[in-house]
Amino acid sequence: MENTFNIKDCALIAIATGYKAQTLRELRSRIEEVPEGCIYYHFWGGLLRSKFDDPEFPNDFASWARHSLYDKILAERLAIINPIDFENLEGLRWELLEVIDERLDELDIPPWVEPDQQFYFVRSQIVVLDTGIQVKDCNDLREWIPDLSLGSIFYHFIDARRRPPYRRDDFSVWLETLDAGYGTLIQSIRNIDPFFTSLRQIRIELEEILGSHAEG
Amino acid sequence: MEEYLEKYRSVVGEAVIHHLLQLARPLQGIKVVHVNSTREGGGVAEILRSLVPLKQALGLEVNWEVISGNPEFYECTKKIHNSLQGNRISISQSMLKNYEGINKENYERLKDVLENADFVFIHDPQPAPLLYHCTNRKGRWIWRCHIDASRPYRPVWRYLKNFVSFYDASIWSLSSFAQVLPHPMYLIPPSIDPLSEKNIDLDQAEIESAYERWNIDPHRPIISQISRFDRFKDPLGVIETYRMVKEFLPVQLILAGSGATDDPEGVEVLEEVRVAQRDDPDIHILLLPPDAHRSINALQRISDIILQKSIREGFGLTVTEAMWKEKPVLGGDTGGVRIQVFNHHTGFLVNTPEGAALRIRFLLRHRNRLKEMGKKAKEFVRDNFLITRDLREHLTLMLAISHGATDRIEIG
Repeated sequence: MENTFNIKDCALIAIATGYKAQTLRELRSRIEEVPEGCIYYHFWGGLLRSKFDDPEFPNDFASWARHSLYDKILAERLAIINPIDFENLEGLRWELLEVIDERLDELDIPPWVEPDQQFYFVRSQIVVLDTGIQVKDCNDLREWIPDLSLGSIFYHFIDARRRPPYRRDDFSVWLETLDAGYGTLIQSIRNIDPFFTSLRQIRIELEEILGSHAEG
Repeated sequence: MEEYLEKYRSVVGEAVIHHLLQLARPLQGIKVVHVNSTREGGGVAEILRSLVPLKQALGLEVNWEVISGNPEFYECTKKIHNSLQGNRISISQSMLKNYEGINKENYERLKDVLENADFVFIHDPQPAPLLYHCTNRKGRWIWRCHIDASRPYRPVWRYLKNFVSFYDASIWSLSSFAQVLPHPMYLIPPSIDPLSEKNIDLDQAEIESAYERWNIDPHRPIISQISRFDRFKDPLGVIETYRMVKEFLPVQLILAGSGATDDPEGVEVLEEVRVAQRDDPDIHILLLPPDAHRSINALQRISDIILQKSIREGFGLTVTEAMWKEKPVLGGDTGGVRIQVFNHHTGFLVNTPEGAALRIRFLLRHRNRLKEMGKKAKEFVRDNFLITRDLREHLTLMLAISHGATDRIEIG
């Protein structure tokens, strides 16, 4: 059927790359050369992997700067980088390099860490599955949202930003195609900040937004 | 078999089980073999005892095979194990020859099942050379290293690398544990089974029987470390911590571990611990048999705070077990403890007996915080370190390997 929304599910698996860094200068060099997948993983992978929420430092680079290098200034500058602001991962990589270069310029001696505190670069493979669930309209979507796995939320709300039309979640893009005057609803969904939260929280927020819309 | 999955549904929830069923659908009927060196005792056997029936319940055809060897073989593999953990141990050529010979014999015995499997998971170094003999293999072979090989003794690692480099992939518990190999090195942290004897809910009567059995006062705070008697676990540091707390609060300490009579260092450490006890009746040193899972379970549950004050630690599943029982953990700032213990959330990372004593006093004075952190710790384990997560990552890995090395695999 035309304009139905196929719900997918996904699972992420982490892969060690062998790249590591013990000093800030090494981190810079590695960021320049690692596969794009590493940048993706260290910004977004935390949402689907075994990691305790650290909302203060939402990406692994900032967290390492704070907890291992003990460089609060760098940690704050890295933490504020919003991956959604960039067209693609290359743009995000260059922003990271820019911030680190700026910090290196300010420091006489680049900070370093003990060997057991090194930064290990990780990439991931994503396996996407078709759940067989087809959503017909906005009401249908509202009913399905609470039952969606966190993998589905990740795929449609986070991973979607890497796919055309880029930087958009799948739900709001689909609602747009229905051409049914969902402007406010679409905007509310797009206002959810996916970076300082968890997948569970995103699911709750989607549920609330779709619920309020249904109530008019 | 659906019944088997049903038991986990009540612990992890419907969405997790549904997700596993989805992932397993494209893998229906595939033949999987796990090979390790023991069916009883040790963390690997414990994980396989849960993982194998769960994979079977999801429709995979799974065998668990165990290799056997002579005493010289086990002596050699113990040396390899310790060398991977960084001990400088030389292993004689004759010992290595015997290691390879035993693997060849086991290969002959397991030939059919290994040749016909779609996926073969080889656990740790003991059976690693099996792949070398399996020239007619049909499936993918994955080497699962459960050991912290972050700083191995290089000559031994170079020897083992000759075997493990030829695998299609390897699995490591943490990125810092991995050595670079010419294939994808997957990262899968270990897990605990919430329904095993060591972790299952116990009724109140069974929990309370632990007080009488070990002569522990139920009305005073209990801190405990339940771990092997090993210098890296710093039991003497735990006693020092206890003495610092005791100056302020009437605490009791439980130091419990299984006795390894074949481990001379373990006996030595136990003796040092007994000397440090100085006949203090509030220090309970318990030497438990290796299968005392329910006793450990009860001891963890009667504790207020659990320590794992290790100086060096692999992943630290004892931390996971304690957190599952809603206990905040004071863990040594090392290895896998760092990805489980988060200051003020699930416990505290500590570096000294002073640091540990300070945190214990804080938690015992702020019972609400202690309770809150315990609850958070359990939920963190539920989301991240249960066997169902381990299973999910195994299924994902099999799907990923079946579909090539691309970053993105679309199925169905």
